[in-house]
This record gives sequence, C-alpha cells and structure tokens, in this order.
Amino acid sequence: MTPDTIDQIFVITKHWLLGYVPSALQPIVSAILSVVPILVVFPLLFAITTVLERKGLGRIQNRYGPNRVGPYGFSQPIADGIKSLTKEDVIPRSADQVVHFLAPLLLVLAAFLGYAILPIGRNMVIVNLNAGLLYFFAIGSMVELAVFMAGWSSRSKYSLLGAMRAVAQMISYEIPLVLASVVIIMATGSLSTVAIVEQQAHYTYSLPHWFVFTPWGFAGFLLFMVAATAESNRSPFDLPEGESEIIAGYYIEYSGFKFALFFLGEYLGMFATSGLAITLFLGGWSAPFSFLTWVPSYLWFFLKLLVLICVFIWIRGTLPRLRQDQLMNLAWKFMLPMTLINIFTAALWHFMPAGILRWIACTALLVIPCIALSRGLKQGKKLQVRTYRFAE
Amino acid sequence: MTVIFLILAAITIAGTAAAMSLRSAIHCILALTIGLVGLAALYLLLGAQFVGFTQILVYVGAVAILAVFAIMMTQGPGKTIQPILSTNWPAGVLVATAVFAILAWAIHSTPAHSTPTQPDVSVNQIGAALMHHYVLPLEIMGLLLTAALIGAVILAMPEKKEPQ
Amino acid sequence: MLGEGILKGLAETARNFFGSYVSKDRLTTIQFPEERAPRIEASRNFPFLVYDGTDPMAGLRCVSCLICEKECPPKCIFIEKSTDKKPDAVGKPQFYPSKFNIDVSVCMSCQICVEVCPFDAIKMDNAFELSATSRFDALLFDKQQLAKPNEYYHEIHPTEASEVDAALAAARAKAAPKPPPPPAAPTTETPAL
Repeated sequence: MTPDTIDQIFVITKHWLLGYVPSALQPIVSAILSVVPILVVFPLLFAITTVLERKGLGRIQNRYGPNRVGPYGFSQPIADGIKSLTKEDVIPRSADQVVHFLAPLLLVLAAFLGYAILPIGRNMVIVNLNAGLLYFFAIGSMVELAVFMAGWSSRSKYSLLGAMRAVAQMISYEIPLVLASVVIIMATGSLSTVAIVEQQAHYTYSLPHWFVFTPWGFAGFLLFMVAATAESNRSPFDLPEGESEIIAGYYIEYSGFKFALFFLGEYLGMFATSGLAITLFLGGWSAPFSFLTWVPSYLWFFLKLLVLICVFIWIRGTLPRLRQDQLMNLAWKFMLPMTLINIFTAALWHFMPAGILRWIACTALLVIPCIALSRGLKQGKKLQVRTYRFAE
Repeated sequence: MTVIFLILAAITIAGTAAAMSLRSAIHCILALTIGLVGLAALYLLLGAQFVGFTQILVYVGAVAILAVFAIMMTQGPGKTIQPILSTNWPAGVLVATAVFAILAWAIHSTPAHSTPTQPDVSVNQIGAALMHHYVLPLEIMGLLLTAALIGAVILAMPEKKEPQ
Repeated sequence: MLGEGILKGLAETARNFFGSYVSKDRLTTIQFPEERAPRIEASRNFPFLVYDGTDPMAGLRCVSCLICEKECPPKCIFIEKSTDKKPDAVGKPQFYPSKFNIDVSVCMSCQICVEVCPFDAIKMDNAFELSATSRFDALLFDKQQLAKPNEYYHEIHPTEASEVDAALAAARAKAAPKPPPPPAAPTTETPAL
C-alpha cells in the first residue's frame, strides 16, 4: 500500500464499484456514490462536535462537560438524538403549517448543498464547477430565506424579532465574506476550488504556498473567519438565537426533530464555511510541510477542520455576545472598509516585485487602516447623559 | 436531457402560477422564489454557470429577502388566512395567457436559425469582457448602486434634532 | 495594544482549559452519585423513630402519647395506640404504637414533632435519596421503615445524640429506685440517759 494508494483509496473504491454498474446507470450511480459519504461523514462530525463543544466549554468554564453517557460522555449525541426524535412535535395552532414544515428542510438542504464544491482530498470533489465559489455564496444566501421562513411561520413576536435580527445580521456579513474571498479569486484567477487548492499545494524550502502566509491572505483569513462566525449565528454573534435573551429567537416554536434539524443545519453551515476557509486560505488538502505529504490528503483536510472547530469553540467560551448595533457597526464600518483595503493590498502585492519591500508595504497598508478604523470607531463612543424622548 | 427540462419547467411554471394565485403575500413570494430557482436551474441546464448562480445569489438572496422584509414590515405576523387561493385568480390567469400569447407570437415570428452551437463562456471571459468591452456600463452601474446606497443611508439616518 | 482584551481573554480560557486537566482543584464539581457533598450536622429531611438496643420493635422509645400527631401542621403522622403495654427501657410498662405511619409526600420537615416529643423518640433523619416508583403507597413510611437504631442517630447528629443520651441517662438515674441506704454507722451521739 503506497502512500498514493491510501491517499486515493476512496477514488479507487468508487471506480471499482462503478465497474459493476451498467454504463447507462453510471452517471447516476457515480453521483450517488459521491454524495452518500458526505451525507454520512458530516452529520457524524456534527455529532462529535456537539459533544466536543459541550465538554470543551465545560473545561473552559472549570467544570466537567457531559460525562455520563458512554466513555467520558462521548456517546452523548446518541442520547440527544433519541431525545429529539421522541419529543412531541408541538406546532402552534396559528402557525403557517406548510412554511413551518419547510423551513428546517430548506436550511438543511442549503447547508448540505454547500459541500458540493469542497475538495476534501486530492481528486476528491463532488463536482468541479468552473464557478464553484459563486455557487457556494449563492447557496449561502438561501440560508437567510430559510431563517426568515422559520421566524415568520411561527407567528410569534419573539420568533419574528429573532428572524429579523438574524436576517439583518446574515445579510450584513455576507458582503465581507464575499469580499474577503475576492482577494483569493484575484490571486488565483479562477473561481474553481480545485484550482485554488492546487495553486497552494506547492512548496518552497518545505514551506507551503498557502495564502494565509501572505499579509493580504492573513487579513483575508481573519476577516473571513469573523464573517463566517457571524453567518452561522455563532457566539459572539448569536444574538438572534441568544438563549438568555430571546429564548432561541427564530426557532422558538420548534421542538423535537425540527429543532434538531435547525441545529444540524447551523453546524453544517459552520463546517461548510470552515471548509471553504480551509480551501481558500489554508491550502485545502495540502500538507503543511513538504516532508509530510505522505499523510493522506483527506486526513489533512479533516485535521484542519478540527482545528478550526476548536478555534470556534474557544472563541465561543471566551467572548461575550455582541449587541445588535455593535454587530452591524462591526460589519459595515470596520469589516467592509478592511476588505476593500485588503483587495487593494492584494493588487499591490501582485504588482510589486518579490522581496522584503512588498512585505513591509502590504503589512503597513493593512495594519494602519485597521488601527485607524478601530480607534476612530471608538472615539465616537463617549458616554453621554441619557435623554429620553417620549411618544406624543 | 428533455426529462430534466420538463421537470424544471414544470417546477418553474408551478411556482409562478402559485405566485399569482395564492392569497397570502408571503406565500406568493415564497412561490415566486421557487419559480426563480427553477429558472436558475434552466440557466444551468443551458450551460450558463455564471448567470445561473448569479440568478440565485441576486434574486433569491437579495430580491426575495427584500420582498419578504417589505411584507413583514408592513403587514406584521398577519391573521390566519383560510382560503388558499386569492379571490381574483381568474384575472391573473387572463393576464398570464395574454402575455404568453404575445411572447409566443414574437418567438414564432423570428426567423429560425439552425440549432446554434452552445457557446462555452467561462467566467474568465465574462470578467475580461466586463473590464474591456463593457467597462462603461459597469462603471455607470457602480455609480447607480452608490447613489442607491447613499440614498438608503440618508433615509435611515436619524433626523437632526433642532437645538432646543 | 489593539485587540489586547481579546487575546488576554483567549489566553485565560486556554489556561482554564489545560489547567482543568492538570490541577484537580480547578474542578469543583462533585460527581453525584459516586461522591457526595458533606452534609452539615443540622441538615434534616424527614423524621424517623429511635430505638435503643438491638430489637427495633421492643426498643422503640415511642410510648404513643399522640402529641406529635396532634401538633403536626399538615397532619402527616398517623398513630394507632396499642391495647396492651410492654416494658420500656427502664422496665416500666408503657403503651406502644401498633401502627405509626408518616406520609413523607406530605411532611414538610418543620421538625415540630421532634420539638414536642417528651420522650426523644422521634428525630429528624437526613436521608434524601428516597425516590419511589409509586406516588401513594411507597411514600407512606410505616413503623418498620421508620425505626432506626440510636447508633444511627449518633452517626448523623453526633452532638444532639450525645446530649439526648446524657439527658436520658440523668433522667433514668433520678427515676431509678434508690438503693437502700447503707446500714447506719454507730453514731457518736450520746444516748439519752
């Protein structure tokens, strides 16, 4: 078993299985064989992430996480799954039945569709679209519609309020998300995720060519991660679903399996955007050092995904929740200018000759506006005497 | 190939037919979204990847959200509506038939070419064309969008309080 | 420095995370039911009947005076006085309760029955793991379930039990029949002549 065979084991298995199928059915069987592993692996990863998150948050907060079910509590997702399946499905009588039913389905559908263009390993992408990145952002915009449907159909004030906040937040952060990845499109000249990863899979003196190791790539990565955290409604941007504030916001009227579907959709969205961040900035399935390329490519992808998930959990345990206006200010007044400056910096990097000068110039061009914007935004926040305006 | 086309066409027609005949405004918009997604799928069937995904990104992701926000702000979580179809759905059918007739006559009366070869337009070429050939419309659109953005900001800005 | 607060927060949480594996005193959780939190001496839950000696029924201190039944606010004590008498710890024949039931689903742990008992026969237990599968039958404790030895009382409330034992011993010493005085020593008083 050469390292190459282990690396391509899934591709080889799929081709071998396809040999047994008559050629008329081969396209559809090929599609099924590509899609089924995604449908199996990522919900499993979701189950592991829920228990990791609860135990991780527990340890961060100086307590044990769940440790009763299974060895050290790691079978907790099984118990959670049984609970959510057997809970009574309560639907408010005045709720819009059809829309109420379809909202979680649309969310999970949009979340799953996002995996179609992620290259999980070498030659392991479901479909290599020429406009793959555009497809991902188009699918991401369907999530907002699902969130709105969920909040509207419950016909409850809290859910409607939560839905409005959630949609406003997701729309605002979609722009920095897309603009942060525009830098990558500029650098690689292609919208295809496979091409982007392949451009990063080269090594100079055993160091990789990942885009995160350039000033504009690093800034783009940070901006992308912040926008991705906001897009999946995750702490510290989880005001729409803040448990202590609006009691779960737009999915307050959902119980049992539909609630679990919302949870699943949210986490799947988080994995998909993390996967995209890995593809765009962290080199996809390529190894960090050239002497480590014998490790299979899919293992690297999942390792990087696990690291990003741990970072998400870490940030969730650390930062307090942002208020709605602080959220929006961050998106429009800080991140949008920063992404535009980042694009300009990336262009400068492209046109300057290689050397220490372009490192200094680009870093300065990114750091100075960042500091200026944050200090400038803080200036206007002097504490004032509160004045009240009463309704006439 | 035709099976896929028939299915997508059926979805699009069903979605838009529902959009004109349902009673609740939100249901209409959601049905219209289904129709738009069907249209995007038809674009993808024709091989126009960029247009198809941009259709979803713009129409479903922005226009539909805008429409639902407008309805949500103006109507609120509405009353339970019993009848599904609106009361003047015959008028909708009439208008749709009239538009269909006009479009069908227009398409029929154009001189028919032989089946054209499918142009293989990649996003690269679209980008290059936008930057070279069509850069003036691009800049004008940018200007228009900036004006709209400034207008939105002005509308949403709190009014200056008069000094008391 | 810009972003210092976030970085310090992240360092703090990382320290918490790794420290919780290294130093056990960071985790203050008590893993019930493997460990139990120590109870203070005055903790109480539901009453129990004290018996001296080894036989639960013969050594019960309760003489069925019915004061606790009358004083109980939610009326959760049900006593049936016996028709015969049996000797108590000192030897005096006393009535005894032929039935002594406490409905712990009603009992509110107010301790009034303990305060009014003149015989130190009913005291407060602190056992709380009393889950039962039936709401009515299994939560009506009868005489057998309520009788617990004096040694158990010493275990759960040592100070109280010692005081009660001392008081009881003093009372028994006073009530015991006096031993005959020793024969009077020949006094040195002069006989009347």
